[in-house]
Amino acid sequence: MNITDREHLRALFTKPTNYINTNRGDAYYRELYKKMEKRLTELRAQKPVREAEMKFEEYLKVWELTRRDFLKWVSATTAMLMLPPQFEPLVAQAAEVMNRIPIIWINIQDCAGNTEALLRSYSPTVDELILEYLSVEYHEVIMAAAGDQAEQNLEKAVKDFDGKYLLFVEGSIPVGMPEAFTIGRHPKTGVEHVKHLAEHAVAVIAVGSCAAFGGVPAAHPNPTGAVGVMDVVKGKPVINIPACPANPANITGVVIHYILTGEIPELDSLLRPKFAFGYRIHDNCERRAHFDAGEFVEEWGDFGAKNNFCLYKMGCKGPFTFNNCSIVRYNEGTNWPIGVGRGCIGCSEPNFWDVYATERPIADSPIQPPAGRGVESTVDQFGLGVLTATAVGIGIHAVASALAGKKDKEENKEEV
Amino acid sequence: MGKHLVVDPITRIEGHLRIEAILDENNVIVDAYSSSTMWRGIEIIMKGRDPRDVPLLAMRICGVCTGTHYYTSTQTVEHALGVVPPKNARLVRNLIQGSLYIHDHTVHFYHLHALDWVDVVSALKADPKKAAAEAKKWANMLTDPITGETIQPWNAGEGAYRAVQERLKKFVKAGRLGPFANAYWGNKSYKLTPEQNLVAVSHYLDALDMQREMAKLMAIFGGKNPHPQSLVVGGVTCVQDIKNPTRLGQFGDILRKSREFIYRAYLPDLLMAGAVYADEALKGIGRGLGNYMAYGDFRMDDNPWYKGKLLFPQGVVLNMDLSTVYDVDQSKITEDVTHSWYEYDVNQPLHPFEGQTKPKYTGFKEDGTLNTKGKYSWIKSPIYDDHRVEVGPLARMIVGYARGDERIKHYVDWLLKSGNLPVKVLFSTVGRTAGRAIETALMVDVMQEWLTELSKNVAAGDLSTWTEYDFDRLTKGKELKGYGLTEAPRGALGHWIRIKDGKVENYQAVVPSTWNGAPRDYKNRMGAYEASLIGTPMSNPDQPLEILRTIHSFDPCIACAVHVIDAKGKELGVYKVEPIGGFCNV
Repeated sequence: MNITDREHLRALFTKPTNYINTNRGDAYYRELYKKMEKRLTELRAQKPVREAEMKFEEYLKVWELTRRDFLKWVSATTAMLMLPPQFEPLVAQAAEVMNRIPIIWINIQDCAGNTEALLRSYSPTVDELILEYLSVEYHEVIMAAAGDQAEQNLEKAVKDFDGKYLLFVEGSIPVGMPEAFTIGRHPKTGVEHVKHLAEHAVAVIAVGSCAAFGGVPAAHPNPTGAVGVMDVVKGKPVINIPACPANPANITGVVIHYILTGEIPELDSLLRPKFAFGYRIHDNCERRAHFDAGEFVEEWGDFGAKNNFCLYKMGCKGPFTFNNCSIVRYNEGTNWPIGVGRGCIGCSEPNFWDVYATERPIADSPIQPPAGRGVESTVDQFGLGVLTATAVGIGIHAVASALAGKKDKEENKEEV
Repeated sequence: MGKHLVVDPITRIEGHLRIEAILDENNVIVDAYSSSTMWRGIEIIMKGRDPRDVPLLAMRICGVCTGTHYYTSTQTVEHALGVVPPKNARLVRNLIQGSLYIHDHTVHFYHLHALDWVDVVSALKADPKKAAAEAKKWANMLTDPITGETIQPWNAGEGAYRAVQERLKKFVKAGRLGPFANAYWGNKSYKLTPEQNLVAVSHYLDALDMQREMAKLMAIFGGKNPHPQSLVVGGVTCVQDIKNPTRLGQFGDILRKSREFIYRAYLPDLLMAGAVYADEALKGIGRGLGNYMAYGDFRMDDNPWYKGKLLFPQGVVLNMDLSTVYDVDQSKITEDVTHSWYEYDVNQPLHPFEGQTKPKYTGFKEDGTLNTKGKYSWIKSPIYDDHRVEVGPLARMIVGYARGDERIKHYVDWLLKSGNLPVKVLFSTVGRTAGRAIETALMVDVMQEWLTELSKNVAAGDLSTWTEYDFDRLTKGKELKGYGLTEAPRGALGHWIRIKDGKVENYQAVVPSTWNGAPRDYKNRMGAYEASLIGTPMSNPDQPLEILRTIHSFDPCIACAVHVIDAKGKELGVYKVEPIGGFCNV
């Protein structure tokens, strides 16, 4: 489908909101708690991926992690998974039985950005937890073996953990032009590679926007016919962790959730876990007060930019984008795109390169949202309608034209 | 003839690469072929877009040298529009790009390259006390190039090494080695002593921690790492961050920590490995083409467009002859597709402005090996003034050295003198690795100068981060051309753009790994990876350790190299792609 297609955009803009119910009553949580306890007991009874087991406490010691650091991480992860604090002991136990879950990570049409992001994960860090405790059996970017030996490792892991491993896929899959990706001594295409490994996996996790929705390679006009994992893998649970790159906290969150429940987390219609993609960037944005007050950056580096004003008029797509960046941020909370004054490019939404990643509001973009009911109903769902009424200086021009899909004729008469 | 080796996938790199090598009866590599096996078509995706949106997309050419493509693309568009960013923007860009260098080089040395030199399992046999002495020995050979003090080793207590060894023992005893499984431990080509291996393994683990810190440097002014987000055509957006003393302080703090690690772990480890493998370096194992090119980068003043002073000078050195440096002229760059899975309408290499890319996939031979007589890679073969050249940190150091650049000469001589090695060792696999280390030391020092310059400028009241321009007036009804020539951590990076009536008419990138990883050209001359493998003896042909060592010394980044296809913006179905006709006709 053409991404400028009205129906396509309508679907995008009218998709139901992702809101997750964070208080479902005591009965629900009691039930869930019991279920998780049972699951953890089962896992504890299983053999760890590595045979000689060391107590988790000992691991904490050799990782030079204090119990206190660990508990801090446990609280944060519990909160991120939208579980009440009484679940913290279970999350701690989940970390302790992580070594029952083997992982195979493959790269197709990727840029390694998600791998790089994973390497920056922290508390517990990648060297401490992911590399040593959670067993990464195959990962091209970090593994020592190459060529035949690498292929043997992969085959061995598939055989040893048939039906048990989590398959992580980074990068999109060129189904329109399978020869755009091959791997191995006897070259297999990306489609064959993913299908084969997914067949033996317990679940498939698409990491990053390319694996989730096709990402960059699938941007118009999609020269290789690239698609996301969910369009190739059938009959297996698929979890999408989009964003460019995926936030490593969300990757860990999905793994912990899987360990806790043996199930994939509650997903939205785009197969994204609701705990991470259950609210918009805009909902928790540090510049939100300026949006409500009608204070906007009008040009890069202007008075508004120097005073943290809202970036909506500079093309921020926070109001349209579901992700937890505004809470989790990046690189151990160091900063995030809105923090550096650039605004959100909507990187965890499908087709964001064609719809959102422009420097100006959607109204001024070459690609238009559909006119009429589609956007307006979405706006209601998003709560933007309400905001518009109170946001005096929102730039009636910008929002109104975004909503109506019209443009100021004077300014844009040359546009298509 | 001996064996025909196939190594696919080459691991511990970015992207997808296959190497095939032919050995003689003494297991010496006599022929080699480099093939990239993935492409995505980012340049065609750029077409028709607003040039101001292009840098964010261009950045996704790569998730490793991510900020570099962003920076280069932004500069390419600025060049076309004639917009010059203000001083603060220049400094912030240098700092973001610099933080990428030190991060990338550190990760490369330890996590992508070290296991080619370091036998992890051998470290189990080490005496931790002797290891501590070993670490001290190599560190003490160095004096700080700024303060003149003797360098002390990184975290080198006997107890620390014992703890690492314990950790390693438990790991190995656990049976499954995960990422370390089925590697080449015990191979004769590993030459470090158990103690030296223990020191290196210990730093491998510490570097995992350190690189996470280094990544924050990019996040401070870039918003995140990878894929920062603060550059725009005309400047940068992070005005809040540069006027915030806490941010500047945090940057300075992490920079100091990074410097500690680079000077006390990375450089001593490099000296150690360099000394142990020096005989190979002196024999020129892994030398390759012997032709080096740098576009130059890191603006040291505010003169626009390639007229100002650069930290790394531009130039071409041919046949390892340091007495002559040729000026780089971007118009002499062409790309050839004789052995690449593309075809041209004309029978000659083309300049990026006239480049055409029509995919012509011919696949592998029936036995699954490369059809080396025909086309065998998704990478094109770039040619400079009818020379095949190597690009990268070593090329930058060699060009700078040959130019007599004082700063580069100082750092190169300093490290070579510390290790008592002649300049000649640089022309080798070891030299390529050393060139990267020298550059890392230089970079972490010069970054401190930029940070000081930035804080002073901001303190003096200059908060300007963006140069205003009227996009419509500049572009309406016009055809504009621009290029960005920079230095990615992996080497010379060029982007070329043509803008027509405010939209991207054509976009081309020729990246470092295109130069280095390319297949043969129309004269059947090898690319840099291929040439560098010739003459390498292999201790065990079933274990491609020596191949990995030399290929990794280039720090391959293959997604970058095969971003390209530029066909006419023809509508393509999702499930069926017709052979793409047309070409970019600008």
